[in-house]
Amino acid sequence: MAPPGRFADGLRLESHKARAMRHRLRAAAAPACAVIALDQGRGDADPVVGPGDRVFVGTPIARPASGVAATIHSPVCGIVREIAQRETAAPAGSGPCIVIDSDGSDARDPRIAAPALESLGPEDLIARILEAGIVGLGGAAYPTGVKLATARERSVEHLVLNGAECEPWICCDDALMRERADDILLGTRIMMVTCGARRATIAVEDDKPEAIEALRRASSALGDDRLEVVALPALYPAGAEGPLLLAVTGLEVPHDAFPPSIGLLCQNVGTAAAVASWARSGEPCISRVVTVTGSGVGEPANLEARIGTPLAALVAECGGHRGEPRRLIAGGSMTGTALATDDVALTKAMNCILVATALDLVPRGEEMPCIRCGDCASACPAGLLPQQLLRAVTSGVTAEAGRYGLADCIECGCCDYVCPSRIPLTSRFRAARAEARALAADRQRAEAARRRFEQHQRRLAMQAEAERQAFEEARRLARGDGAGRSDP
Amino acid sequence: MRFETAGAPHVIAGFTVPRVMTQVLIALVPVATAQVALFGPRVLLQLAVCAATALACEAMALRARRIEARRFLADGSVLVTAALLALSVPPLLPWWLAAFGTAVAVLLGKHAYGGLGCNPFNPAMVGYAVLLVSFPLEMTRWPVPSFGAPWDAVTGATALDQLRTGLGQRLTMQEIFVLPPFGLLGDAGGQWINATALLGGLYLLARGIVRWHIPAAMLVGLALPAALAHTFDPGAHAAATFHLFSGATMLGAFFIATDPVSAATSDRGRLYYGAGVGALTWVIRTWGGYPDGIAFAVLLMNLAAPLLDRYTVPRIHGHPKR
Repeated sequence: MAPPGRFADGLRLESHKARAMRHRLRAAAAPACAVIALDQGRGDADPVVGPGDRVFVGTPIARPASGVAATIHSPVCGIVREIAQRETAAPAGSGPCIVIDSDGSDARDPRIAAPALESLGPEDLIARILEAGIVGLGGAAYPTGVKLATARERSVEHLVLNGAECEPWICCDDALMRERADDILLGTRIMMVTCGARRATIAVEDDKPEAIEALRRASSALGDDRLEVVALPALYPAGAEGPLLLAVTGLEVPHDAFPPSIGLLCQNVGTAAAVASWARSGEPCISRVVTVTGSGVGEPANLEARIGTPLAALVAECGGHRGEPRRLIAGGSMTGTALATDDVALTKAMNCILVATALDLVPRGEEMPCIRCGDCASACPAGLLPQQLLRAVTSGVTAEAGRYGLADCIECGCCDYVCPSRIPLTSRFRAARAEARALAADRQRAEAARRRFEQHQRRLAMQAEAERQAFEEARRLARGDGAGRSDP
Repeated sequence: MRFETAGAPHVIAGFTVPRVMTQVLIALVPVATAQVALFGPRVLLQLAVCAATALACEAMALRARRIEARRFLADGSVLVTAALLALSVPPLLPWWLAAFGTAVAVLLGKHAYGGLGCNPFNPAMVGYAVLLVSFPLEMTRWPVPSFGAPWDAVTGATALDQLRTGLGQRLTMQEIFVLPPFGLLGDAGGQWINATALLGGLYLLARGIVRWHIPAAMLVGLALPAALAHTFDPGAHAAATFHLFSGATMLGAFFIATDPVSAATSDRGRLYYGAGVGALTWVIRTWGGYPDGIAFAVLLMNLAAPLLDRYTVPRIHGHPKR
């Protein structure tokens, strides 16, 4: 049962990118009041400033607490107003944010200076990239420094730059590739130095001929034959890490490992541009390119906006609302998160703000039972049988769900898209994955508690034994001493 | 400003179950037309009786199960079941038997198991099998095909029947194949029905409603043993083309065995499933006592589908071979 656009390796979706690409990439106004979520997409960072503190553009304001958060820098010059709970794009809907009132001067932190690249070794470069708060700007927001360090440990051979940008509506990478191809190549070469990769491939979907042309021109001007620009067929989800690496290198990333384990590293082109802009001026990651688009926006465009700018301000900058906006989506139409309000600020993970009207949405209609047609299986880029996985998930048997690859689902939405029964498969799988993760975490906690308890018991037993022995020893000594005294 | 929230993806292709079923019904038009041309307008009566019974039974079952009837009645799946049954039974079958078979198909074959998407057996074939074992005489009386047939046709043996009796009477193949029910490719009437069903099947393939695995595997699964047997013992076995263009072969390959609910679900599973249906059809036609083997072959492979599904889970990307 083929809906229009089902191809062997993915979906051919309407791209909706042309309207936003009519305008050149431009800088958005810095916000008068920046709201920086401590969770920029990868867990909370710990604030290192407090209310009343004066910060400059680029002053560190939060440091990674745990996990894989990255350093956050102030996007404006001004005074910290408060650290408070605000609405955010996080799944919970809100989270702690640092609120900074700008004084409008845009003064840079005096400590910021262009790095002397020649004098920095790979390890120093990685440390500085980490310190600059650069994260994966494709949407994952994983700290680039951490990724590069792992890649260096595994002596990665091949760096793949992801410029596929396969999801409808999103075109921030396209704008960057067209206008800042030099930056992308510079960032790529720096990353190659850090991880020791001997070659780099920049992969772009073939529906972006201008971007490919710009990259090829910049690359031949550089004359670096380790760099290669390849065109991929424009099929969704060509830009997902697994499918991209498979298409470019023919290698499959093992399900229980990361790309560096097979000698590969994947980075987004926007991340490479961020590395380049740090390399040129020393400026940390305080802004990103974001596509503001959708039928609900007057003049869609790509903006280089400061992190912490309210989304409402970005939409206003693109001609404001038009028609009847219904859904505000952070990301594209296939995987984006619908936000409840535009009183949310831009994070490093947001590559697109899609203001969708009824024109851009397809009503789901009523869900019908699965008829096992298998369209979802033909569309699945991970090679799953979503129809069987759905059964397993519905019956709640985790082992069965594992067998059908619940952990391997990349949540791309292809199965949902083609399902004639209109079953929200991706939402079901997402919920089941969260549940499975919680269950695993519970089990881990219980296991840790059990180990702690056992250790405690062992320690108590050892202590009791030691005490008993000490007592015995003392008694023996006392007895022995007594005997000794009377003996000679 | 506040916005509505919903889970991704925010767009879907907009292909629906009713549209799938409509396409199947459209693809059945050629074969229905051929039946009307060969066996007379009684075929239309049969279709009407089956459709009406199916809708009534579906509405009744949904009501009894306290399910919103409107949405499920409109999905069209029950009409597909009715049409397949009506086109599989002899046109001369008394209307109340057709109605009975349809009721069995919808009530026992489908709703007793939980309705759309839950039936382990192909409902139309459940109805057909119950009719065949209960009313073998009525179910084997096919009218002699003639273009522009009148209401009251004369019945005669089908080619598959004639072949069996002929071989039983120790006639040679040459003697058997000049008898009236035989045509150029297979059964004199059946070859037209099979050709038109093939046409409809190709339409379904082109529209992507069915995928090639089951029909191709079934036709190969039927033709291969037939061709082998014919090569080694031409005196006792008809050629592969005869099997392909007699009985309900094409209807079975493209419309019956392809029912996704009761078939195997992975691509590899569907190949085994289709091949099994084809091979069993040949076995039943060759050594069985029934006029055709499709219905029982499909029901037997329905039984095997869960097992096939269990052992044909494809390799997930990034995992070693299973």
